[in-house]
Amino acid sequence: MSDQPAYRFAVNVTPKPGILDPQGRAVEKSLPHLGISGVSAVRVGRRVELTVQAADATAARAVVDRLASELLSNPLMELFDVEVLA
Amino acid sequence: MTARVGIVLFPGSNRDIDAANALEVAGAEPVRLWHESVDLEGVSGILIPGGFAYGDYLRAGVIARFSPVMRAVAEFAARGGPVLGICNGFQVLAEARLVPGALLRNRGLRFVSRQVAILPDRLDSPFTREIGDRRPLRMPVAHGEGCYYADEATLDALEADGSVLWRYANPDGSVAGPDAPGNPNGSLRGIAGVSNAAGNVAGLMPHPETAVEAVLGSDDGLGIIRSLVVSAAEYAATGRVAGTKQPAGGAA
Repeated sequence: MSDQPAYRFAVNVTPKPGILDPQGRAVEKSLPHLGISGVSAVRVGRRVELTVQAADATAARAVVDRLASELLSNPLMELFDVEVLA
Repeated sequence: MTARVGIVLFPGSNRDIDAANALEVAGAEPVRLWHESVDLEGVSGILIPGGFAYGDYLRAGVIARFSPVMRAVAEFAARGGPVLGICNGFQVLAEARLVPGALLRNRGLRFVSRQVAILPDRLDSPFTREIGDRRPLRMPVAHGEGCYYADEATLDALEADGSVLWRYANPDGSVAGPDAPGNPNGSLRGIAGVSNAAGNVAGLMPHPETAVEAVLGSDDGLGIIRSLVVSAAEYAATGRVAGTKQPAGGAA
């Protein structure tokens, strides 16, 4: 397996629209203390970076998609998107 | 006949001793089930205790979902066996999709450890049958991610088919909605615990197992533990539990 090419990805997981995000709200409430105004709709998520060894980019991407939907995010409350990293 | 009830042990479980004591007080024999084993040792009921399984890394309960023992628990549940998850055990069952919904970060962002009161929605389920009468039950909560969430259509369906088993109560005995003082975490519609559609798998955030003797401050939780034990004994004797439906398709 080790001779297969390696692909690097990032999975960004964010709370679904409409789901209360108390962390985002807490961040937002802290902004006046920094003298910052005009910032709203803060949503706090999670970013997971990982390397996948697979036969080709398509196969690697399939692994990441499965991992993202079954483990890294809970589809009831979160959305995810996958970035291909250099 | 003494019912044998399994207690699932993950790395990070920490309410297992309380769970074992509660099962003994309720007249059952507790049997420890290690997370790396798929052998349920012939138990006829399962309790998934609280704690921080696998450190609650990533999301509470999610890593535990993929452990060998949970494959066996899912098969046991698909055959109609009674399973109760408490606190972190509820989070594990929700991540495993064995009960509906999800547990979000508490609305107030803080870990909440205090006494609450919960009201049973119904008294004929495998997990509420020994409660007796419908009154607020006092027991502690201790969690950071206990805010029950499902979308509105799912919540309506859960209420319609009797899957809501317990709700947080205010001091005046009314149901505590998300912003009410009796609701510790913002749970939608005050939901503290739910069951699956078949009715044989349930989860709840408060800790009935630490409220089973007056010396612990409350014995209001004993009815819930005793309900599990009676259901486990019934399942051992008959292969069924009263009030449950046959699971559809057995897909766990």
